[in-house]
Amino acid sequence: MNLLGKLTWAAIPLHEPIIMGTVASVGAVILAALAWVTVRGYWPYLWREWITSVDHKRIGVMYLVFALIMLVRGFADGIMMRTQQAVAAGGAQGYLPPEHFDQIFSAHGTIMIFFVAMPLVIGLMNFAVPLQLGVRDVAFPTMNSVSLWLTATGILLINVSLFVGEFAKTGWVAYPPLSELQFSPGVGVDYYLWSLQISGIGTLLSGVNFVTTILKMRAPGMSYMRMPVFCWTALASNLLIVAAFPVLTALFAMLLLDRYLGFHFFTLEAGGNAMMYVNLFWVWGHPEVYILVLPAFGIYSEVSATFSGKPLFGYRSMVGATLVICVLSYTVWLHHFFTMGASAGVNAFFGITSMIIGVPTGVKVFNWLFTMYGGRIRFTVPVLWTIGFMVAFVFGGLTGVLLALPAVDWQVHNSVFLVAHFHHVIVPGVLFGAIAGYNYWFPKAFGFKLDERWGAASFWCWFIGFHLAFMPLYVTGLMGMTRRLQHYDVLAWQPWLLVAEAGAVIILIGIICQIVQIVVSIRHREQLRDTTGDPWNGRTLEWATASPPPAWNFAVLPRVHELDAFWAKKQRVLAKQDLPGRQHKYALIEVPKNSPTGLVTAFFAVITGFALIWHIWWMVGVGLFGATVTWLAFMFRAEDEVEISAEQASQFDRAHSVEVSL
Amino acid sequence: MRYRSLIVVLLVAATLGGCDGGVLDPKGPVALAERQILFNATGIMLAIVIPVVIATLGFAFWFRASNERARYRPDFTYSGRIEMLVWSIPLMTVLLVGTVAWIGAYDLDPPKPIASSTKPLKIQVVSLDWKWLFIYPEQGIASVNHLTIPVGTPVSFELTSSGVMNSFFVPQLAGQIYTMAGMVTRLNLRADYSGTYRGMSANYSGAGFSDMYFKVDAVAPDSFAQWAASTRTAGPVLDAQSYAALVRPSKAVAPFTYRSIANDVFASILSAAMQPAAGLCVAYPASMRAER
Repeated sequence: MNLLGKLTWAAIPLHEPIIMGTVASVGAVILAALAWVTVRGYWPYLWREWITSVDHKRIGVMYLVFALIMLVRGFADGIMMRTQQAVAAGGAQGYLPPEHFDQIFSAHGTIMIFFVAMPLVIGLMNFAVPLQLGVRDVAFPTMNSVSLWLTATGILLINVSLFVGEFAKTGWVAYPPLSELQFSPGVGVDYYLWSLQISGIGTLLSGVNFVTTILKMRAPGMSYMRMPVFCWTALASNLLIVAAFPVLTALFAMLLLDRYLGFHFFTLEAGGNAMMYVNLFWVWGHPEVYILVLPAFGIYSEVSATFSGKPLFGYRSMVGATLVICVLSYTVWLHHFFTMGASAGVNAFFGITSMIIGVPTGVKVFNWLFTMYGGRIRFTVPVLWTIGFMVAFVFGGLTGVLLALPAVDWQVHNSVFLVAHFHHVIVPGVLFGAIAGYNYWFPKAFGFKLDERWGAASFWCWFIGFHLAFMPLYVTGLMGMTRRLQHYDVLAWQPWLLVAEAGAVIILIGIICQIVQIVVSIRHREQLRDTTGDPWNGRTLEWATASPPPAWNFAVLPRVHELDAFWAKKQRVLAKQDLPGRQHKYALIEVPKNSPTGLVTAFFAVITGFALIWHIWWMVGVGLFGATVTWLAFMFRAEDEVEISAEQASQFDRAHSVEVSL
Repeated sequence: MRYRSLIVVLLVAATLGGCDGGVLDPKGPVALAERQILFNATGIMLAIVIPVVIATLGFAFWFRASNERARYRPDFTYSGRIEMLVWSIPLMTVLLVGTVAWIGAYDLDPPKPIASSTKPLKIQVVSLDWKWLFIYPEQGIASVNHLTIPVGTPVSFELTSSGVMNSFFVPQLAGQIYTMAGMVTRLNLRADYSGTYRGMSANYSGAGFSDMYFKVDAVAPDSFAQWAASTRTAGPVLDAQSYAALVRPSKAVAPFTYRSIANDVFASILSAAMQPAAGLCVAYPASMRAER
């Protein structure tokens, strides 16, 4: 028996110059960063304030950092694909052979969905939801840290696949029989499955955490109909996580049983059936779309209300629409495979349910429109992203309804028309929203605003680049171009793909602008400083505390009497009907204690995952044993809270006065 | 400016070039009807989407903070009439487009035979790693990576796969349908114009996927009969041995034909897919063993 399972030196692709170059440069950047942290002596600070932190705000920020780094990785994959397709026309093979190109598009999809979009929305929910609810933390702070670090485990494993072994060559959906051992004997699919299994546990725990937090921990007086819309969309999204992610976990468990223990859930022989996988994948996959997009809708609602200087138009209607989407998202999954030969009645039914889900979405667009109507709109960076979203998203929705027509879907399914469509809803829908939220809440998190000019430049590059990159794909899709082509024979597609390549380059400039934006903002942080705690003239409770907020968020929990309570109070103060502060009775505050549980669990999860991928069974034992001991140690902890004295809290409030508090 | 005019020239050239060969250039009744549904639905929705985009940009511009002529109405937060309107507009649209969807799904259902006085031609399709096998059971011939069909005659396909999933797709003639091992899907189409159309696999199937495209020659019925007759005169025979050779993974295979086929070759391919692959140790459940 080999002590290292399937792992040998052959697993490292030394003969691939592109991969080795990437590994060398990424390795150099990581080493430089680690060296810098060590030389400057930042380790104790990082360990104490970030790595072991169970503060929801810090965890939220770390999710965002991971997501933005992975956005660069996923985008690098994307632009490599665009470049390959721009050149590999006629007899040309381009610069990426199929085995490399196939890994790149699989990694692009997997990373963008699971390790960019998911951490973006979960990070923003982490940061904003407890503040908006007017509470001090999430329901299970240490579990929150475990979720974060398990997501990081998935990120690490998927990136390790770049230089130890290979990644899946199956597309990000990994349909069997192609993903079965018979057709994919390598470790690529195992990297895919284990990194998503481990990060999926983290996501599920996040879902449980947020559902509990929102249902059970709101500021005194905050009834459901006084919750900010972002909290409503977060609730809907997390309910979907709790209901949908177990499906994915079970599905991947079945595929793993097929691959590791010779089961026959989806194999060709012995009664296996791949159609079951396809169904279950989308039973998770379609709600996943709404898991991502609902919180982004919440951000657009907050942004459009705040910067129009008006309450959200039709609040009740918006809440209703959110819940209708939440329920209907489970009734549409079959539209992902109208081409699998279901009967006419089944296809027609799912086509129509898919269109019906466009109704509450349309309602949301109209309500944002009427939120702007009669407002005083300040064109800040978050507003640019919001309006850009509204304009782009309605067209993305249009092509979505086209794909919901079975007779049209047969013609454009699996084509780059489909690729253009889902980028058209996910990029403006989710990514624009997350960037709007990032610009919107950044001053709350760090105490200074982000630079407006670079932010606007980034928006315009993204907006123009996005359209240039994806509109041509609608055209080539209608010209019969299927997705995932490493090379093609139809020369008429090439001009369009060159335009798409130009679009990708403009998006790259947009990403560079974002990096410049953060650097410039840090350098000019004194000019951009927010001392009021309320830089945007906000409406919800997160603006009623200092920027950045203390670990305990609110020294005294706010009392809520209406929707947009903070705004209402400010109006009363302006009209001299109310005093800016209220008589604070400071009391002892307990905040959760830092815990390395999350990091240590993730460490053992990495060991377990890596060992499972490479069949190193003794190491699997070590990893599982270590994780179990970690949990036991956490369970038997002596204390889990730190006390903040009334004196400390009042001192902080005096030092960081806010103009109006509740 | 120079670049902009270059882009305009490129776009115009590409649009002109792009009119032939795709979904928008149908050559048979099925693809034609599908394109019509695409146009109808797009038209219905553009009637909503364009005003919404104009209103978005218009509202955002007019109600900008610096515009002093715009009336600030901070209390305009609810209107029953507007809510009624914003729920009913999308609902009505869905009602309309949903009807189109329902009718289309039934009318153009892939297994539904095409009404015609001409007797349909039967073709059996097998997707292999990474090529297409077309079997003409009535003619007793087969071809690889080249499909020949008579113009004006409905063609009735039965499709399966030797292993992984693929999708059989000739955009100018009809929508696509998946091919899956051990299962049969069905597709009906007709070419109304003679010509050469591009067919392909639309579902990613592994390393050789990019080369899984083929030519479809739609020819006059008598030319088709001639082609079938000449095919019968030369080439290998499709039987268990030659199929075993064909099924081995290969990329970009040049088209060729089989002069004759073994009896029920399609049925045996269909059941062969359910056999365990050589070299894999497979344990069967008791019920399956009993059947064998």
